[in-house]
Amino acid sequence: MSIGLEHYLTVAAMLFVIGIFGIFLNRKNIIVILMSIELMLLAVNINMVAFSSYLGDLAGQIFTLFILTVAAAEAAIGLAILVVFYRNRGSIDVQDVNVMKG
Amino acid sequence: MMMDVDFAELKSGMAKYIRIGSLIGVVILVELLLATGSWVISDAAPEMRAAITPAIEDVQNTVAIGTILYTQYVYLFQAAGLILLVAMIGAIVLTMSHRKDVKRQNIIDQIYRDADKAVEMIDVKPGQGL
Repeated sequence: MSIGLEHYLTVAAMLFVIGIFGIFLNRKNIIVILMSIELMLLAVNINMVAFSSYLGDLAGQIFTLFILTVAAAEAAIGLAILVVFYRNRGSIDVQDVNVMKG
Repeated sequence: MMMDVDFAELKSGMAKYIRIGSLIGVVILVELLLATGSWVISDAAPEMRAAITPAIEDVQNTVAIGTILYTQYVYLFQAAGLILLVAMIGAIVLTMSHRKDVKRQNIIDQIYRDADKAVEMIDVKPGQGL
């Protein structure tokens, strides 16, 4: 059985849904939510590379690089906010996050 | 662990959210499968798209990506670098903390210290002390 476009799309869809599950089921820990967002971004990346390879258009792979860039920036800022939040509160519970609003 | 994660507490809220979470997950999975299953790419699309992309026999993938990235998408490439710079500066600014309760070395004060500042002459009366 040769691996075609549908298989890649299925894997990406499953990863995306796992990411959504992670956000909805885990209302306690911000790190897990960050990981879930990252998982969703990477699922989109798999879609992009699969279509890029299938269509022979390199733009998808270029945009994958940009998505990786944005994901890295997002992870850096998210973890920095997390560190500051932990310093202030002593915990990383999501329930306490609304104290951040100015 | 550094972040003081309690796994029992972590799992405690899961039962409350598993119903709405699985509902949304199933809905999105069905949507994705519908979109994937029913979407037909026209036969002309690969030829149209491949027109701007060199064939794999002519140019290796890495070379082709580099060529396109540094010509056609060079402004987006610069913007990506800018995003990374802003993220880096933001992370540093957010996490930098200046602790007030730590004694630090002041090199300028040390350099300009001389005998007048360091030694104090006191005339001590005998038998009294300071």
